[in-house]
Amino acid sequence: MTALIALVLLAAPASKYPDESRVQLKEGPDKALVVGRCAACHSQDYIPMNSPFLDRKGWEAEVNKMVKSYGAPMEPDEMAKIVDYLATNYGKK
Amino acid sequence: MGTRRQFLKDLAGGAALLGSGALLPSLARGAEPTSVGPPTLPSGTLQTSFLEALPGKRPLIKRTYRPPNFESPLDAFEQIFTPNDAFFVRYHLARIPEVAAAQWKLEVGGDATEKPFTVDLAALQRDFEAVEIPAVLQCSGNRRGLSDPHVPGVEWGIGAMGNARWKGVRLKDLLARAGLKKEAVEVAFNGADQGALDSTPDFVKSLPVWKATDENTLLAWQMNGAPLPHWNGAPVRLVVPGWTGTYWMKHLVSVQAVSQPLKNFWMASAYRIPKGKFPIVDRFLTQETDANTPITEMVVNSVITGPRDGQVVKSGQAVEVKGIAWDNGAGIQSVDVSSDSGRTWQAATLDEDMGRFSFRGFRHAFKAGAKGDVTVLARASNRQGATQVSQLIFNPAGYHNNVVSRVNLRVG
Repeated sequence: MTALIALVLLAAPASKYPDESRVQLKEGPDKALVVGRCAACHSQDYIPMNSPFLDRKGWEAEVNKMVKSYGAPMEPDEMAKIVDYLATNYGKK
Repeated sequence: MGTRRQFLKDLAGGAALLGSGALLPSLARGAEPTSVGPPTLPSGTLQTSFLEALPGKRPLIKRTYRPPNFESPLDAFEQIFTPNDAFFVRYHLARIPEVAAAQWKLEVGGDATEKPFTVDLAALQRDFEAVEIPAVLQCSGNRRGLSDPHVPGVEWGIGAMGNARWKGVRLKDLLARAGLKKEAVEVAFNGADQGALDSTPDFVKSLPVWKATDENTLLAWQMNGAPLPHWNGAPVRLVVPGWTGTYWMKHLVSVQAVSQPLKNFWMASAYRIPKGKFPIVDRFLTQETDANTPITEMVVNSVITGPRDGQVVKSGQAVEVKGIAWDNGAGIQSVDVSSDSGRTWQAATLDEDMGRFSFRGFRHAFKAGAKGDVTVLARASNRQGATQVSQLIFNPAGYHNNVVSRVNLRVG
C-alpha cells in the first residue's frame, strides 16, 4: 500500500458494530483468560456457535490455528488452559 | 430452541391453529422451528443467532458480531434480486474502516506491469467503460452449518448468498492500462479491512490471470442501481461472476499483477477443497498442490423458498413450489421437482432468464395428496450437465454443499 492510501485509511472512521454483549461465555475456571485472549480479535459468539460438536482435540486444533495462522499472542500454558475451558464448557459430550 | 422437540411442538401448534379455520392464508405459515436457520445447524449456533440489524441493513441473521457475519433470511430469496439492505455480510477481520468515496484511491501495479498507476473513483468512472452484470455472490462457506458431521467455521445456513446487478468497469481494462506483462501469473487484491492485531495476516487474495482478465470480472461501485452498502464493500469491490465470494474483495485498495503465485495463509491454507471430489471446471493451476486446490466456481444448487419447511397444507389443495437455482455461470438448464418424497420428478417451469450468472426462478404446481407427511424436493441441473447431489460430499471446510433441496410438508 502506498503511504497515501495508508493515510486515507488511518483517517477513515472505524465501522460501528451492534452491541455484542448479548452472547456471553459460560462461567468457569479461566473464563477471564479466554475472554481476554479470544475476544481481543473476535466476539465471544464464535465459541458457542461452534458447539457442541468439537471434542478436546478439535478445540486444541482451533486454538493452535488461532496462534499459528491468525497470529494470536498466547503462551503455551495459556493455550492449555483455554483448551481446557473450551473442552469443558463447549466440548462434544 | 431449534430442537426436534420444539419443532414438533411448533408443528402441533400450527396444526391446532389450522383446525380453528379462522384468518388463515391458503398456505399457513408458522411451522418453522426458528427464524434463524434450519434445525440441523449446531445447537450452539441456533442458541446464539438472532435477527439483528447492522447500520443501514434490515434485521438479518446474526451469526457473529465481530467481525460481522450476518446471513439473509429465506424470505430475501423470494425475489430474484436480493435487496441491498437484505444482502448478507461476511468479514474475516474486524478492523473495517469506512472509506469515503471521495477519498478512495486504488493502486494498480505489481511486478508484472509496465506502468503502475493510481486512480480515484471519479477517474475510474470517467476513463473506463461502465458495464452492468447480474451475478450471484455466494460465500464459499454457505451451508457449512449443515455439514454432517459439523465442521468448525462460521456456521452458515443457506443465506450467505445474494444476487445483484453489479455496475462497474472491467478489471481487464485497468490491467491493460497498467501494461500487463506476459510474465504475470496471478493478480492479487487487497481491501481496506485488517485484523485487530497486526500479527494477523491481512486478507489478500489472488486470481489466475485468465480469470482476472475475463470480460465479466469487474470493479463495481454499484449494486442494484445504488452505491454499494458499506457492509458489502464500498466504495469499490471486486465482482467475480461464477466464483465464490472469497475472491470478491471488498473495500478494494490494491490490484497487483504478479509474476509469482501469491503465498499467504488465505491462499495456501484457507479456502481449499480436496482434489477430485467435485465436478469443477475452472481450475487455478498455479495454486494447486498434490492434495488440494483453491475453491473456484460455485456448484449447481437451488433453494425452495415456498412452501416452507414444516408447513401444513390440506389434502387436495393446490400448492405452488417456488424457488431459485444458480450455478457457475454455465447457466441453469432445468429444475426437476418431486412432490412425492422423491418417487417421481417433474420439470419445473423456469422463470425469465436474467443472465447466466444470476439466480433463475422456478415454479411447479401440484395437488397435495393423501394425509400424512410428504417431502418436496428440487434438483437443478446446468448446461454443462452438472446436477445437485443426493448425498453430501463431505470435506473438512464444509464447502460446496449442493444436496438436493427439500422441504417437509404435513398434509392435514
